[in-house]
This record gives sequence, structure tokens and C-alpha cells, in this order.
Amino acid sequence: MHYAIQVESLTKRYRETLAVEDISFTVRPGETVGLLGGNGAGKTTTIAMLLGLLVPTAGRIMVLGHDMAKDRFAALAQMNFSSPYVALPQKLTVAENLRVYAHLYNVHGVERRIGELADELDLHDFLKRPAGKLSAGQKTRVALAKALINRPALLLLDEPTASLDPDTGDLVRSWLERYRAESGCTVLLASHNMAEVERLCHQVLMMKQGRIVDRGTPDELLARYNRVDMEEVFLDIARDRQAAA
Amino acid sequence: MIPLRRIWGLMYRHLALYQRSWPRLVDLAYWPIMQMIIWGFTSRFFAVRIGSTPAVTVGVLLGGVLLWETALRSHLGFAVTFMEEVWSRNLGHVFISPLRPWEMLAALMGMAILRTAAGVIPAAVLAGLLYHFNIISVGPVLALFLLNLMVMGWWVALGCTSLILSQGGGAESLVWSMLPGLTPLAAVFYPVAIMPHWLQPIALALPAAHVFEGLRSAIRDGVIAWHQLAWAAGLNAVWLSGAMLLFWWQFQAARRNGALMNIGE
Repeated sequence: MHYAIQVESLTKRYRETLAVEDISFTVRPGETVGLLGGNGAGKTTTIAMLLGLLVPTAGRIMVLGHDMAKDRFAALAQMNFSSPYVALPQKLTVAENLRVYAHLYNVHGVERRIGELADELDLHDFLKRPAGKLSAGQKTRVALAKALINRPALLLLDEPTASLDPDTGDLVRSWLERYRAESGCTVLLASHNMAEVERLCHQVLMMKQGRIVDRGTPDELLARYNRVDMEEVFLDIARDRQAAA
Repeated sequence: MIPLRRIWGLMYRHLALYQRSWPRLVDLAYWPIMQMIIWGFTSRFFAVRIGSTPAVTVGVLLGGVLLWETALRSHLGFAVTFMEEVWSRNLGHVFISPLRPWEMLAALMGMAILRTAAGVIPAAVLAGLLYHFNIISVGPVLALFLLNLMVMGWWVALGCTSLILSQGGGAESLVWSMLPGLTPLAAVFYPVAIMPHWLQPIALALPAAHVFEGLRSAIRDGVIAWHQLAWAAGLNAVWLSGAMLLFWWQFQAARRNGALMNIGE
């Protein structure tokens, strides 16, 4: 079977620090998988390795059938990433930013694609505004538009609704659900928002101190820890409380 | 096929920035024009008070200023364009796109050419208006002088960029000082022969020294010193190859140690 993501024995060591230790997982095409864990659990390091921004110390990553060690540019053309912590150039307008990334991803029909994204994410009112002058909610929508500019087959999202008010957060989550259903895109989502994970994810990988310490569907994890919501499961794992069975 | 769209994408990002930032635009031409004014008066003073041949004095000094500014602007154009990505913390986005590192270098070189033209052309026009010095009168060989100095600016900037990848934004000060620091060795206003013997081989290892020897020969004697141009081109090929290897090495090291994820300080 071809997986969208196939990670085997992935390890990242920075001198004395083991950031990610021997993790393996697969993500099927069209699936949304949550990468959960506290600060320093290794989520960002794992995503950076999936994006080719960081070279693993050991292990192998296959993304969309491409070996990231040998053929990462073929994979990068079909994937994208969004994070509220990685800003777009602040002086450029929203439209200019999207134009830049449309060219970098070799998108054909640049203005038409920007128009489509402006319709879908309701960007029209601030397309001509500098990215640095947007509200947090507007920045999140623009970051998503940037991440979708190339119609990615794989979307990596790092806390996509962080710093958003509940209403805007809900709108973004609804939009992500709809987009995934319509496009069949695979999504890997790192988040601290457990309600978001329960709502969006088919599978969850729980990370702690660089290792995957548990995995399963949200329902499986709730049953395993005998809990009613993922927040309690998260706390059980973070505080080393054992699963119920 | 050359992936012009990706190269253009990164250039467009910077051109859009200049379009809405007049201080950046002014900065491009300000210093070359100041240099031209200062050295124009200085060359007139030398010609009048010391009694040298005015046309030759003005030509050698102003020609030197204009050509050296080409190297300096090329260096700054390349390095500052890279620094803009560091300042806006955008390198992460750039390096997770399908843009290859060599395509990024091509875009930086393209921006360096545009920035150099925006800086040096107004100064050259001013030299004609104020001091009746026409740099084009050097002849078609001028294009080869300019090309060699432009390339020298690239490889020095590439060295700075590699250091920033290795050391982070803390190495930024090198961007401003690296090539200006080589001015004494570039033989811009005086021949290499006037330097101490032990310094001459070091100066002759720089393409600029050969370009300026060639420029003086063209202006003073009307002779094109092809051997100097050949030396400049050969040295540029060696230095540029070395700088590209250094960049590639530092880029891979940055991918190993995580520097690309948080480069900026």
C-alpha cells in the first residue's frame, strides 16, 4: 500500500539532546492525523524533518512516495505547511505574498488561484493590505491560503487555530473539515487543542520526550484511558498515568 | 529547463518590497552618488593643484569609484536580499517550497544586478553632468570590467551568506564590512606595484586588482590589457566555485543542526 507518509525509525539528536527517538508511523492518503504532545515532545522537530528542513540523525521518511533524503523537492511541490508561528513577509500585501508562493510552487493561473482562495477563505477585504497589518484571525486565514496555493496532496499544520477566538477557531476548523472532504488531502496536524483533535483527526499520535507513547483513533484512546475527552487523555499521558487497560 | 518561475517568484518578493518602501529605493543610489561627488571634487583638486593631466586624473579616480561601487553594490545587493529573508523570518517558508538552493542563489544574483544598476547608473550620469566624465568612453571592454566586479561582489556576499547560515544573524555585521574591508587590496586608485612586496600577491589574488590595473591601462594608455581581464575572470571562477561549495556545505550543516528553523539572531 502507498502511504501519504511513511516514517521508519526516525531519530534526531542534537549533540547531547535526543529530540526525537526512534519513531515510526504511517498516514494513509486522505487521513487526518493528529500529532499531540506537550512542549518539547518533538512535534515541531518531526514536522521539520517531514518538510526536509531538518535532516534526521537516523531513520527514513517517505512522503507521497518520495524518499525525503533523495528526492525531497518532488515531494515538496505536492505538500505545504501552515503555522501561526512562521510569519509571511509583513510589508508585502496579502495578494503579493500569495503571488510569491504561487510562483515558488509553479502554480499555473496565479491570479485565478488567488481569486479562488480569496473566495473560499473570505480574503477579498484585505487582499491589498500588508500582511503585517492583519488581525490574528486574518493572518491565520492568509497562512492557510498560502498553504493551499499549490492544492497540496499533503498539508502539515502546526497549531492552526492557536491565538484565535473561539468563533474564528471554529470557522477555521469547519473550513478544514470541508476542504479535506472535498479535496481528499492528507493532513498532519500538531495541536494543543484537544477538542480540535477529537473533531478533525482520524488517528492520533501521542508524543512525549521525543517518543510516540500511544496511538489510535480518538475513540480508542478515550476508551483505553477510560476518559470522556482528549484533554484528560493528554493529561494522563503527560503525567505518566497508565491507560485503564 | 531553467525554472525561471521560481527564480522570478523570489525576485518578485523583493521587487514588491522596493515598490512600497522609498527609503530602500533612496538607499540604493545614495552612497554611490555621495562617493561620486566627493571623488569628483577630489580629482579636480588633484588635477588643478598638483598639475596632473585633468582628463586622466578624473578618469582614473572617477572610473575607479564607479567600478568599485559596482562591486560594492553587487555584494550588498546579494547579501541584503538574503538578509531581508532573515529579518522577515521567511527562510523557513522559502526552504520548504520546491525552490532549490541554486535557484535561490540565481534570484539573489538577479536582485544584485538590479540593485547595482539602480545604484551605479545614477552616479554615472551624475559624473557626466558634473565632471564631464563619460565612463562609456572606456569602450566595450567596460562590460567585461563591470561583469568581473559584479561577480566578485557575488562571491564575497556568498561567503557572508554562508557565515550567516553558520552563525545566525549575529554575523550580519560582516555583510556591511567584508567587501569594503578589501578596498585597500583592490588597487582601486593606485597600482599594485605601490604596495609592499609581501602584500602584492594577496592583492593579485583578488580579481578587482586586475580589473583596476586594466582600467588604468585603458584610460591612461588606451590599451586593453587582456591578460589582466583573463586573470580577473580566472580568479573569479575559482573564488565563485569555492564560495558556492562553502554555501552548500553550510546549507547542509544548517539542515543538520536546525539553524534553518530559527535563523534570525
